[in-house]
Order: sequence, then C-alpha cells, then structure tokens
Amino acid sequence: MRYEAPGSVDEAVKLLADANGAARVLAGGTDLLVQLRAGMISPEVVINIKDISETKGITADGGGFCIGATVSGAEMGEHAALVAAWPGVVEGVELIGSTQIQGRATMVGNLCNASPAADGVPALIAAGATCTVAGPNGQREVPVADIPTGPGKNSLANGEFIVNVKLPARPGNASDAYLRMIPRTEMDIAIVGAGVNLVLDDSGTCTEASVILGAVGPKTITVDAAAAALVGTKVDEAALAACAAAASAAATPIDDKRGTVVYRTKVSGVLASRAAAIAAERARS
Amino acid sequence: MAKHHITTTINGEEAEYLCEPQETLLDVLRDQVGLTGTKEGCSSGDCGACSVMLDGRLVCSCLVLGVEAAGKAVETIEGMADGENLHPLQQKFLEEAALQCGFCTPGVLVAAKALLDTNNNPTETEVRYWLAGNLCRCTGYDKIIRAVMDTAADMRGA
Repeated sequence: MRYEAPGSVDEAVKLLADANGAARVLAGGTDLLVQLRAGMISPEVVINIKDISETKGITADGGGFCIGATVSGAEMGEHAALVAAWPGVVEGVELIGSTQIQGRATMVGNLCNASPAADGVPALIAAGATCTVAGPNGQREVPVADIPTGPGKNSLANGEFIVNVKLPARPGNASDAYLRMIPRTEMDIAIVGAGVNLVLDDSGTCTEASVILGAVGPKTITVDAAAAALVGTKVDEAALAACAAAASAAATPIDDKRGTVVYRTKVSGVLASRAAAIAAERARS
Repeated sequence: MAKHHITTTINGEEAEYLCEPQETLLDVLRDQVGLTGTKEGCSSGDCGACSVMLDGRLVCSCLVLGVEAAGKAVETIEGMADGENLHPLQQKFLEEAALQCGFCTPGVLVAAKALLDTNNNPTETEVRYWLAGNLCRCTGYDKIIRAVMDTAADMRGA
C-alpha cells in the first residue's frame, strides 16, 4: 500500500483516477482504518485529503455554510453559528461514535461510507444540502441525497471525491432536528433515525417540510407524505399524529438482533413526529 | 515499498521514526518509539485504550496512520505527569482506587484530562458521555467517574 497526501484538489483527482479504482480516500479514517485492518479492503494507495485547503474549515457561504470534507464532528459541534442555524444536522453528526471518534470522523465520510444507519445523513438530506464533487472532468454540485446508492455503495465515479458540503441559506422561523433509537444510550448503531427540517411563516404555520428516515431501508427514505402532513398546519398534535402515521407507513425495515420490523416501523413514526415537534419548537424560538 | 521518514512532536519533544504506510500511530508509538503506555485493545476505535491527543484533539491512535502524525503534536500518557509529580487525575485515581487491572487506565486518564482541560466543572452525565468510548471491564465505571468528578472539584478549589 502506498500513502499519498496531495496538496491540491487536482493532484488528488489525478492520483485517484490513475489508481483506477484501487485507491481509497482518507479523511477522518474511522471507517477506512477499520476496513483496512479487517482485510475488507486492500487498496493500492490511500490518499489523505486533509492537506487540501478546500477540504478544511467551516465558512459562511451566501447566507449558508460550506463545510469542508475533512471537518470533524467535534469541529462542527464547536461552531456556534452552524449549531444555531442547523442544530439537526450537527446533532446527527455528533451522535456518531465516542468523543475519540468525534475528534476524527467527518460528516462527508459518513455520507460516502453509505451505511443505511448513518446518523450524519438523514438531517443533511432533509436540509437540502449539496456537495461539491471533484473529478477528472472538473467539479459538479450534487444533492447529498444522490451520493449513497445502497449499503456501502455510493455514486462517486472513478477519480471523484467530495470536496465540501453546502448548507443553503435559511429563512427565519426555520429549524431542524434529528433523533435516533439505539438499544443502549451511547456508542451504538441506529435502528431508526429521523431527520426533519421545516420552515414556519410569521403566524407559525409550516410552509415547507422535509422528513427523512434512516436505518429502515437500504437507503434513507424521503417521506413526502409525512412532510405534507406538516405543511399548512401549526405542527399541532393532529399534524404530528398524521406525520407519524405516514412515516411508519413508509418504513421498510429488516428484522435483526437489534430490532424487529414491527418495532422499527412503530418507532419510525414516533421519532419522525418527535423530531418534527423539536424542529418546530426550535423554529418558533 | 520504502518506509516513510516521519518527524513529529511527541510529548513536547521532537521525534522521528520510520513507518510503513499502513502502520497505525498506535503501532508506531508502541513498537518504534517505545512508548508502551498507550494500550492496544480492540484496534477498531471502540474501546479507547489507545487514546492519545493529536494536535489537541482526543483520538484513538489505532484509527490514525503513523504517517499522518508528520508535523503534528502527539501527547500520550507518558507526558501526563510532570517529572515525578503525578497529574491530579493520576493521583486521584491512585487514592480512590479507580482502577483494577489498569489496562484501560492510560486511555481513561488521557480522555479525562482532555475533558477537564476545557471544562473543570462537568456534570456526572457529561463525564459519563465523554468517557463512553473508554471501555473498562473491571470497575463498573463508578470509581472512575467519581475520581474524575473529585479531581475536577479539587481543580476548581485550587
């Protein structure tokens, strides 16, 4: 195995393209090093992208935020303006692993690793985030929702990697939330995750909503019916109940040792409605 | 494949080593540099026995490549005491017997110090969540948590 630490996006793209699929990108490394050690992967070259300036830091970007691909969960949690604007996105990422993992793990790595249960992803999709994908043909902006394609699989082509994620500008009276269910209280993998992003008008009526479920299908599930149940309401009990019913109806979980289909289906609705209530409360305050 | 020649700072002193690209910082610290206080538990980022500070950030050294430490500052358990003087956390762990076999202790101490360096008045819940990535099979955690809380109280009183 070779190790490379390119200093520019173009160099990284060239290294990736030249390796023709035998390269892996290293950012936080919390998935990559585990996979290397377990022998699940044996790349010819590992490309550390942390020396590339475009992958670093959190910057204000046209009223929104640009988050570099190598920004750790801890860095996101320490960024007061980001937490204030997108508390759901940040709390999802902060649920990944321990304090030690938070010091390294990145939101973009969580996205590219494409676990169906990724805690960093549902709220990010609900936020309508896009990412900058660099590749041999230049750079393109892609909705983050289009990156994971199935368990452990993503849509990046040979030679491509994600440089940053962009969260859009936000009106006032808008907020988001992410909740997950795990069998213990910390250090576990979600059996259901729910991210909700919504916008209220001045009277407190919901004008836009997005409800995304994680861990109850091979990919996240965008539940338009659950979002529709919130829009036009004051996010009151009746709306939350309709949101819950729609989320449960959309869930397609598997049975495994950590949760049954019946339980995950029920909890999908519970978490979606609770996340909606939290997002609405945050948007009002 | 040629080994990489890495120059870094470990516990405040410049250090050099040669390492293979796939070797972890944990491997390097223990096998090349001879700092065996950092322990190998799971080698998958779950147990926290290999906790070190990397540029001021608490990390699992099993999830960092040795080559990545180039130009960075690494702090290990060996740098925690000031010569013969134990760090207050180390002293308190001894006084309150917050360890049994001791295998997790270096990682717990490094992690707890990282918390108290930024927050000397944590709640018990904050301490428990902060140390959730440091597994201990002996103590049942209560003595560890109490020792950290008591150290924090001492530091506030000092």
